[in-house]
Amino acid sequence: MSLQFFLNVTLNGLTLAALYFIVASGFSLIFGLMRTVNMAHGSLYMVGAYVGFAVYDPIYASATWSSQAWLVGIVAGVLAAAVVGLFMQVVLLGWMQGQELRQALVTIGLSIIIADQLLAIFGGNPFRFFAPQMLFGPVELPIIGRYPAFRLFQVVLAIAVGIALWLLLNKTKLGIIVRAGVDDRQMLAACGINVPLVAATVFALGAALAGLGGVIGATAQPMSLGVDVRFLLMSLVVVIVGGMGSIGGTALGALLIGLAEQWGQVLFPTYSVILTFVIMAAVLAVWPQGLLGRKPT
Amino acid sequence: MIMMTSRQWMMTVAGIAILLALPLLLPNFWLVNIFGRALVYGVVALSLTFLAHYGGFVSLAQTMVAGVAGYTVAIMAPTAIPLGPLAMPYGAAIPLAVIAATIAGAIVGMIAVNTREIYLLMITLALAVGFSLFAQSNITWFRGYEGIRNIVGPEIMGMPFRTPMVFYYISLIVAVLMYLLVLYVVRTPFGLVLQAIRDSDRRTAAIGFHVGLHRIASFALAGFIAGWGGVLITFYNIGITPSSIGLWATVGVLIMAVIGGLGHPLGAFIGALIYVVMDTFASSIIGHDRFNTLIGLVFLAIVLLSPDGVWGAGKRLLNAFGKGPGKPAPKEELL
Repeated sequence: MSLQFFLNVTLNGLTLAALYFIVASGFSLIFGLMRTVNMAHGSLYMVGAYVGFAVYDPIYASATWSSQAWLVGIVAGVLAAAVVGLFMQVVLLGWMQGQELRQALVTIGLSIIIADQLLAIFGGNPFRFFAPQMLFGPVELPIIGRYPAFRLFQVVLAIAVGIALWLLLNKTKLGIIVRAGVDDRQMLAACGINVPLVAATVFALGAALAGLGGVIGATAQPMSLGVDVRFLLMSLVVVIVGGMGSIGGTALGALLIGLAEQWGQVLFPTYSVILTFVIMAAVLAVWPQGLLGRKPT
Repeated sequence: MIMMTSRQWMMTVAGIAILLALPLLLPNFWLVNIFGRALVYGVVALSLTFLAHYGGFVSLAQTMVAGVAGYTVAIMAPTAIPLGPLAMPYGAAIPLAVIAATIAGAIVGMIAVNTREIYLLMITLALAVGFSLFAQSNITWFRGYEGIRNIVGPEIMGMPFRTPMVFYYISLIVAVLMYLLVLYVVRTPFGLVLQAIRDSDRRTAAIGFHVGLHRIASFALAGFIAGWGGVLITFYNIGITPSSIGLWATVGVLIMAVIGGLGHPLGAFIGALIYVVMDTFASSIIGHDRFNTLIGLVFLAIVLLSPDGVWGAGKRLLNAFGKGPGKPAPKEELL
């Protein structure tokens, strides 16, 4: 195995991990504050991709604005996912706060409906976004050689999202409120904070991250139906491995799973899928709360 | 002993008598594709209801465990296309399949033993999808996407298993036996300890019971039940494919159990019947392409309005009209 090959596969794992991180951090954020397992997270990913594409496609086809199409698509996808997420939290989930299992069941029902409606509205044809000129095509890297620029951008974006989330949670008033809410919602409400409003904001933010992941993912690889399952599953595994509600844990989990998936495909192609689940089972056996998760109080 | 009041025994016997008489009243389509199908999927849903109601685990791995039994019987079936190297008579393949499902259930239990509620839900979901992806990618044993075909089941008294009457009665017998098994087990010391663990695991451990072992045993028992369902489902579908144990199948069983009501073993069969009827006749209501939207909306409505399902709603109705047993409905334990 040459060094080039080794680095190439590792970089592939890294870029995949970046995408997983963007999607799973939204899942983890929602779970961390509200203890809501959002089984419709993969559906939000799909909403972002489909709505983003519906906006992107006509703009891209027009001659004058085609260079801005991708950015507009991202904004549309992120907004669409955030709006759907907001709707879910405000109308359906907010009033059953604390009934975790019931919330999970509600989101399962929603994910069935959303997937079916997306199929009905947009049809089942695969599609993909074309990245803007700047990120399109390959770049030269030392040793590895030519590598798709967009996949490197994915890593940059994931790091930016990670830093932004860290700053948000640790350096802003909203972050203080959210962290306080993780520890004790009732005391937070007693302090005069409008907890449902904070919850709705956090849910919209988490959903927006899923939508962002949807557009990014559909730019890196063609998008087709069924990815909601894949990304829901990966979000689950990533946060289970990394630890619920911890941004650092999510990053670690995403790295582990992304690298395992790519290396698994190289080393034992048929069973690469299984490796992910073996890691999950092994982590759970030793650290039931995930690698960086906190013990529930 | 199965503890039921004489009134409940009468209801049970009357219910079984009606189900036994159904072949006289219904055309074969209803017998096999509605009631037969509801019974065999109901058995898998029953295993989930058992875990959920008496153990407090909402496990999404029950379809996977049923799939283990289905694949085992398919790999070993003498009629399988393509024929496996381990082909043996159905008489041996079916017990082996159920044993395999029991072991698979125990393994799921071991993996999930320290997790509860939503964590358990997530882990069992991941396991279930992982297994179906594994079946999809393994060619040697599981035959990948194609799956294994022509699993027609054994001949019963010289008649093919797929004869509507035979299929219906066998399904009915298995379903009733599994239902009675659940009712029996929950009254045994094991079942009582299980419910004690559900209510307070630390106190139960303090009395001296091994909480983990009881949990694993309950998963194994649920695996045994789901295994029978899995074998019959494979005969019903005349084969097995990865998609028949995939995420949608998993969610389908969850939907059945929740719609019917997780509060009583009978809810599993009620839910399965509702699901099957909707699946079959949705095409004439909103077109079969949009079945998922319909079932999703119904599921959502049930979870939002009556978390204990049709069974719970029915019980509340009876109480409201004063015909019920008179005691107030137990408070929501699970949802």
